[in-house]
Amino acid sequence: MMNARIKKLRNDSLTAINTLSPERAVLVTRFYQSELAQKVSVPVKRALTFKYILENKKICINDGELIVGERGPAPKATPTYPEVSLHSLHDLEVLHTRPKVWFRVDDETKRIYERVIIPFWKGNSQRDKMFALLPDEWKAAYEAGVFTEFQEQRAPGHTVAGKKIFHKGMFDLKKEIRESMEKHQLSADPEKENKIEELKAMDIAADTIINFANRHAEALEKLAQEETDSVRKAELREMARICRKVPAHAPETFHEMLQHYWFIHLGVITEVNPWDSFNPGRLDQHLYPLYKKEREAGTLTKESAIELLQSFWVKFNNHPAPPKMGVTAMESNTYTDFSLINLGGLKEDGTDAVNEITYILLDVIEEMRILQPSSMVQLSRKNPDQFIERAIKITRTGFGQPSIFNADAIIKELVRQGKDIIDARNGGASGCVETGAFGTESYILTGYFNLNKILEITLYNGVDPVTGKEIGLKTGSPGSFQSIEELLDAYKKQLNYFADIKLKGNVVIEKLYAEDLPVPFLSLIIEDCISNGVDYNAGGARYNTSYVQGVGLGSITDNITSIQYNVFDQKKISMDQLLKAIDADFEGYSQLRHDLIYETPKYGNDDDYADRYAVDVFELFYNAINGKPTYRGGVFRINLLPTTCHVYFGSVLKATPDGRKAFEPLSEGISPVQGADKKGPTAVLKSAAKIDHIKTGGTLLNQKFSPSFFKDDQSITKLSQLVRSYFRMNGHHIQFNVVSAKTLRDAQKHPEKYTDLIVRVAGYSDYFNDLGEDLQNEIIRRTEHEEI
Amino acid sequence: MEGIIFDIKHFAVHDGPGIRQTIFLKGCPLSCWWCHNPESQDPKPEKFIRIHKLDGQEYKKEETAGYQISVGELFTIIQGDQIFYEESGGGVTFSGGEPLMQYEFLAEMLKLCKMNHIHTCIDTTGYASLKIIEKIALLADCFLFDLKLMNHKSHQKYTGVPVERILNNLRWLDNNQANVVLRFPVIPGITDTTKNIGEIKSFIQTLQNIHQIDLLPYHDVANGKYERFHKENKMKGTRPLSDREMLNLKLEFEAIGLKVGIGG
Repeated sequence: MMNARIKKLRNDSLTAINTLSPERAVLVTRFYQSELAQKVSVPVKRALTFKYILENKKICINDGELIVGERGPAPKATPTYPEVSLHSLHDLEVLHTRPKVWFRVDDETKRIYERVIIPFWKGNSQRDKMFALLPDEWKAAYEAGVFTEFQEQRAPGHTVAGKKIFHKGMFDLKKEIRESMEKHQLSADPEKENKIEELKAMDIAADTIINFANRHAEALEKLAQEETDSVRKAELREMARICRKVPAHAPETFHEMLQHYWFIHLGVITEVNPWDSFNPGRLDQHLYPLYKKEREAGTLTKESAIELLQSFWVKFNNHPAPPKMGVTAMESNTYTDFSLINLGGLKEDGTDAVNEITYILLDVIEEMRILQPSSMVQLSRKNPDQFIERAIKITRTGFGQPSIFNADAIIKELVRQGKDIIDARNGGASGCVETGAFGTESYILTGYFNLNKILEITLYNGVDPVTGKEIGLKTGSPGSFQSIEELLDAYKKQLNYFADIKLKGNVVIEKLYAEDLPVPFLSLIIEDCISNGVDYNAGGARYNTSYVQGVGLGSITDNITSIQYNVFDQKKISMDQLLKAIDADFEGYSQLRHDLIYETPKYGNDDDYADRYAVDVFELFYNAINGKPTYRGGVFRINLLPTTCHVYFGSVLKATPDGRKAFEPLSEGISPVQGADKKGPTAVLKSAAKIDHIKTGGTLLNQKFSPSFFKDDQSITKLSQLVRSYFRMNGHHIQFNVVSAKTLRDAQKHPEKYTDLIVRVAGYSDYFNDLGEDLQNEIIRRTEHEEI
Repeated sequence: MEGIIFDIKHFAVHDGPGIRQTIFLKGCPLSCWWCHNPESQDPKPEKFIRIHKLDGQEYKKEETAGYQISVGELFTIIQGDQIFYEESGGGVTFSGGEPLMQYEFLAEMLKLCKMNHIHTCIDTTGYASLKIIEKIALLADCFLFDLKLMNHKSHQKYTGVPVERILNNLRWLDNNQANVVLRFPVIPGITDTTKNIGEIKSFIQTLQNIHQIDLLPYHDVANGKYERFHKENKMKGTRPLSDREMLNLKLEFEAIGLKVGIGG
């Protein structure tokens, strides 16, 4: 059980107020205005900025904590990154007052912004520079909601700490930097001077984080002197000792390793605001050898290991995602910054990686029950049933963690992309579901892609019917299509057109980041930036991938299926009539809308009539993106996930042929449209497995269950078998959404949205919709009871 | 050959081992008061009105419960979930209605499943001629066999058929070492009487090879169905047993050495 210290730390974190801190913005601005900043190369300037921030920021040590270091001056005091994206005074007001995902902004901060930050950065942030350079057709598509851009408010990110960094200190990396410098100095490389500058910058970044840890050591030593409680005094001294040791040197104890990682984490998220924060990756693998060693030596108890991990967990929760605005807020509307801890999977020799720490971490996840960090299990054929069943038992408590990933599929995906098998086995998934080679890959998510908006533009012959602007190609009037193949051919042309705009835009953006905003600290962490002498943002990593994330596979499949079934096959309605009904948002067409929803084949029922279009669209999207070259010397690839973008992408769309009304959300991930799957989870999994997951860098599947379904151990076993079946079909990821009483009440009001909801009744399971109202009420009451 | 079925349940997790598909064959010689599937009793397809709600409006449509399906078609559907059976040690369960009523169709299905290594269960009332039981026992891997009421009169009253044939069939399966799991529907005021439970236990103790029973709690889920099919619901207002009552019953059956499950 959580002890008093952890309870307090956890509670402090849960109750801390999200505020916007101007500290970092002020320090960055002050350094950029300094004379020194004008005299040095861009990478060195960035490294010196990093140094200036970490030398001058307030050191925060919270009462009772065991792992130290905050990005801001206090927990949840969240910095801004004006060099990436500048908040206007209006933005600050919105952040302060908006009902969801708000950040309190005090008047002093607003004054600082008005006088110092805004005047200096206006027109000079990455975002401002980017929008000045991007072509009109890119902006038109962006404004119409055809795609989003991940790097408009956050720096390229999405990477994870690999094995190496857990076993090396900054002095080891400085040695590597020296060797690389010597190698490059002797070469005839025309890029030689740039590489030397980059390596100098990395060296400054390494020294900076050592000094930052030393500042914590000093503060801890001072606290130790003042401390009257002898136990805490000893703790503070030990923590000070650790901060003098790591990250300068490789960690040699369990506690040292956690603190070592945490300084690196802070370094990465202070240097800039990379998407999806940063992440320790395969934490059970990294920690286990030291845990084993210390347990054998008698220097660590299981209880103290758990306490350290819980203290570590709180640190993540103290760090909300930096404040997002506009489209970025809509596509990812959450405080979560997606540090996804990976558990289980395979060792690099290909054997079962589940160990004692894996189970300890699962206990920690269950007990802490906090928003951050996120957690997942990698399930391989080689992992024991006990492991997956333990994970599902946590899932049933209803907070959506851990999610479950197919370790064998992840490895296949990475190997297909040309990665070394060892790098692949050391990889995993981060963010939501994104596949990556941890510690060796820069895999940048570049933006969501609205597969359904493309269909709408196709049906309106290149015009966005919401704004009336012509933004696409003229591919023929909708009435002229004689078959679904002709429509799909037009769809393909539009898709390729917008994909090209997106990819060309990405080249502009990646170049801007490579040239103006290198990240020498992150470059220390990800192999082979040091040996290449090239920055993470410029293609220095061993592997460089840029992803475009497709959204709304279920919706696009149902929309195309509906046109094929109702217009071309059954000839129930003409295309023009269908478009009239869509224009009217189905006002006066309620019987038609009913038929589109209830009398039309849908994705998610293992019905090839519909599912073949999921495969068709998937292949079109794949071919439009996959393998195209990026600025950084890598390639573009696809994955299929939404975060909250299916809501935003729905909000830019009129009514659709599947019966969805205007501006309502689309389907998420590769899940069926809400309520469209009527044959239960096996049929959903079979439909979802028809697309070739191995060609992606991740897919996301949500499956809803009522909490009561998970009542007995037998159900847990059967769910784990369900998961294994999906994974045998190469499914990438599944998460069980255990539904609440609130949802059940909504299901009573809107049964058409919840036809897929399975509930445990009394010794058997059934669809919620099939139950009489009184029984529904009973289950709702029971669910409420269980929630207590 | 064709059979008449009225439903297929995918991801059936309470009708035998593992993840299963349950095929509901239409037609039943019994008419149990508490039947969960009143539409299963008539062997022929029957019409009903399906109501969909959308935006507060009701959309009515006449639909048919029950349809003809060929052995080949049905087998293709069964085989579609093979990967789930393999991963879970599951298979297909033929339920009803009373699946033995369509025994020729059932036998064909079972043969195909056997040839393709798909595990089969028969969820049966046990009310059929011994010849049919003998034939099916050669083909099916497992029987989920109902025991409801031991008293002749009560059985006749609440299920519409005599109990003797059922008990004889069960004895035959026991003597021939068929894999049988008993199922006891616990119906408040009808089957859960001290006397009936005592008689059931005594009977089970005379069996040689059957050691497992699932207690199926009564639930009022079928109320809506009775309305939809305009059938008389004789159980209206009956309250299901509490979890505690079910647990006590479980302990009672465990006391005579049985492996007891609640809810199958």
